[in-house]
Amino acid sequence: MLERDTVNCVLAVALKTGGEFAEVFVEDKSSCSAMFDDGRVEDVMSGGHRGAGIRVLAGETTGFAHTADLSEAGLVDAAKVAAAVVRNGGGVRNASGTRRSNASGVHTGDGSGTLTSGMQTAQTGQQLTTEMRKPLNVKLMPSDVGKATKVELLRIANEAARGESDAITQVSARYGDSRRRILIANSDGMFSSDDQVRVMLSVACVASGDTGMQTGRETVGRTVGFELFDTYDVVDVARAAAHRAVTKLTARPAPSGTMPVVIGPGGGGVLFHEACGHGLEADIIAKSASVFAGRVGEKVASESVTLVDNGTMAGEWGYFAIDDEGNLAADNVLISDGMLTDYMWDSIRARKANRASSGNGRRQSYKHLPMVRMTNTYISNGDTDPEDIIADTEHGVYVAHLGGGQVNTATGDFVFGMTEAYMISNGCIAEPIREGNLIGNGPEVLTRIDALGNDFAMGSPGMCGKDGQGVPVGDGTPTLRVTSLTIGGTAA
Amino acid sequence: MKSGRSVKDNISVKGDAPMNGDGRVKGNGQELMSAQLLDVALQVVGWAERGEEIEAFVVHERETNVRAYKGDVESLTSASSQGIGVRVVRDGQQGLSYATVLEDDVLLRALTEARDNCSFASSDEFAGVASPDGLEPVKLDLYRSSLASFSVDKKVAMALELERATLAADSRVTGIEAAEYVDSTVSSAIATSAGVAAESNETGCYLAAYSLAEDKGETQTGFGFSVGRHPDELSVDIAAKDSAERATRLLGATKPKSACLSVVLDPYVTAQLISVVGATLSGEAVLKGRSMFADRVGADVASSLFTLIDDATDPQAFSASAIDDEGLATRKVPLIVNGVLQGFLYDTYTARRANVSSTGSASRSGFASAPGVAAQALRLKPGTRMQPEIIADIEDGLLVQGVVGLHSGVNPVSGDFSVGAEGVRIRNGTTAEPVREITIASTLQRLLQNVVEVGGDVTWLPMSATGVSLAVSDVVMSGL
Repeated sequence: MLERDTVNCVLAVALKTGGEFAEVFVEDKSSCSAMFDDGRVEDVMSGGHRGAGIRVLAGETTGFAHTADLSEAGLVDAAKVAAAVVRNGGGVRNASGTRRSNASGVHTGDGSGTLTSGMQTAQTGQQLTTEMRKPLNVKLMPSDVGKATKVELLRIANEAARGESDAITQVSARYGDSRRRILIANSDGMFSSDDQVRVMLSVACVASGDTGMQTGRETVGRTVGFELFDTYDVVDVARAAAHRAVTKLTARPAPSGTMPVVIGPGGGGVLFHEACGHGLEADIIAKSASVFAGRVGEKVASESVTLVDNGTMAGEWGYFAIDDEGNLAADNVLISDGMLTDYMWDSIRARKANRASSGNGRRQSYKHLPMVRMTNTYISNGDTDPEDIIADTEHGVYVAHLGGGQVNTATGDFVFGMTEAYMISNGCIAEPIREGNLIGNGPEVLTRIDALGNDFAMGSPGMCGKDGQGVPVGDGTPTLRVTSLTIGGTAA
Repeated sequence: MKSGRSVKDNISVKGDAPMNGDGRVKGNGQELMSAQLLDVALQVVGWAERGEEIEAFVVHERETNVRAYKGDVESLTSASSQGIGVRVVRDGQQGLSYATVLEDDVLLRALTEARDNCSFASSDEFAGVASPDGLEPVKLDLYRSSLASFSVDKKVAMALELERATLAADSRVTGIEAAEYVDSTVSSAIATSAGVAAESNETGCYLAAYSLAEDKGETQTGFGFSVGRHPDELSVDIAAKDSAERATRLLGATKPKSACLSVVLDPYVTAQLISVVGATLSGEAVLKGRSMFADRVGADVASSLFTLIDDATDPQAFSASAIDDEGLATRKVPLIVNGVLQGFLYDTYTARRANVSSTGSASRSGFASAPGVAAQALRLKPGTRMQPEIIADIEDGLLVQGVVGLHSGVNPVSGDFSVGAEGVRIRNGTTAEPVREITIASTLQRLLQNVVEVGGDVTWLPMSATGVSLAVSDVVMSGL
């Protein structure tokens, strides 16, 4: 993407005003998507963007500029803008003494002293690949597949969904693929690259009946090539979406109030993503905007809970070889048998804490500054038969499929939506209930998990939004039960 | 975000050679970026072949973002970006492409790509680019040329002052999650081979403070904004005080027992709610069988106090714009008047399909996104009373300061409405104890019918809807 000499020249310009660290992030992304709706292929869209983001650190201050002009002159101009922050930003005031040695090999942590085995980060200067890293796990590049083949998937999905029930009155289906090539070089000697390919398909249905309209959606996606459809049958995906919509036609209003909640395999990942995932991000911790600040080494969850964030899970939606700061993806245990062991880190926060990044520095595009983000976040398998968990619940709610969620990390209060849920009555799954949010408090909910199934599964691919930036994330859980959560319905 | 100073030239572009820049000069002798962008757009649509329609949407944006933290600049972002979205329609088949480089070879490649993409779409007799509809865009002054000369040092000073003022506003404010100054200058141009040629330039800026308040080991958060088109229009004090007040008034919040009660939505929450309502009134949702309001024009769908208008021609709205994202003039669109549904929002395609006129409601979230229909600047017709007077009439209720999970618990197709909330209980006409970890739930249909008062406290926000206090009866609050 760029020659070393060019990069070195740009980094030198970036450091000219006194910055202590400079980084060039180059991104070349192309995408293709197709939309089917209302019985028609509405449109096919394709295109690409490329550009570079240049970051300069001086004391507590980060200067950032981005450009779509990848010529040496264009990059040098952007480097000058980013470097100007040292003059403009007052970062100079605190610059003395903050120049830290590179975090590589510094394993002091933030007092926890705990570093997990998989955390081989800070590859600075060690990955000298000037060639683009080939997406090794991709068998069939989406760009080698005809658009007609991609569009055909959508027609199949439409027919399958409509064939599922006469109640299905509308179907939309979207196919999307993307290839993202990145190169990161910095003044610590890093020169590293990655090539990330993702493919996804989503089907959304409307079912209509006497009670009005209901919706159902199913999405599949992996960080793989077009061979995604060797794993997933489009017909099954479409039927699942249709089934979800039709089921809710007979749903009754969700209850209002607090009761036990059982969450099916895969879906519970959203709960942990919100209940504690965001609260364990070191940038939020550093600002004391998390209920988990200062709690490393403490018991924060039921003993059965082991929470992992793992960017190395090949093919998963949040997978990559290196993060957007050039550090290797890592397998990080955050909560081990209920004990908080570590936070997630990007380079800036790691520098300040004099430790290694955990490979969690990510950004939406070259136009954005990296920050601490999750990758694939999951709860390890339990040992209980999921049937027993339901049978052991006299009265409660069973959530089979979750929508998104949201958290206020400072208070720990979080919500997540149920898009397919049922009452549990006398230990059996009973009638379906309508959509709504559930609300809980992260630290409290973590201690209220009293059963984990042995049926671990990854959930639907998600886009996680933070500070206006979206990145792909995965999550997973076995079936689990929370002894009490508040259901945001309307029924007494 | 796009808008402003749009110009519709009577240029016949079909079959013409690519247009060259003619040094169009606007405003106070300042050459605006949009003129150059329009040249690019016209050049691309000029390449249209016989029997082919082309639309080009070109945008250029400059932005500055300063974040203050602990008396320092945490980050300073300064950047510009640009891009083009190309739409081609041939034989009723539509194809799209985008690119970020505006050089001839790249533009030609994007056009080739969009043409290729056409061949995979279904044929649709209503597909097509916008044609001039005879309506002149209103003259909106949304561009402040002096923003360009407002120094970075001054922007930095505003962000630092915002952090200082927020921390100083209340001794219980112990920290800041973010205190930021953001500005942008957006220029855009849209041309179609059917004769549309529109351009716009606008500036916008805002201050946002996200504070942390602490008392007895408990933390609460609050936010405050100030929006304008030039930094001189911004108020550090308002953003700082709102942020501090929101955070501190929640200190000591507990989880209440579930109840069915009247709620007063803060202006910001109302703006979020009417944004969801706006989505149900898109002509696209209606035509595709996804709107609960299809077939209800003329019916009472809301309380008689409820009048909802989409009006991007109001220059006070942060999302004001004289042209929509297909280059047609925006207009004032009454959606619900005194509770009666008037009609829906349409772009060119949905209007043709519904056999009505476009309401100037074409929207794209960026040059790389497919165009669609969306409300641009929603507002409720305000009432007369301020929030304390509205609260004074409520014996047992809840003032909702913030909601979360709108994307996960509100379904604009079914109408199910359930969101996480925080706020302050209302008892005997006055605000009482703060509450947290609750949800409020109803259905969109019932919420609209149960509106009992619209406040007079119009609040401009950095979003495509304007806020005002809204009182709604019979909402279920779930807690313990």
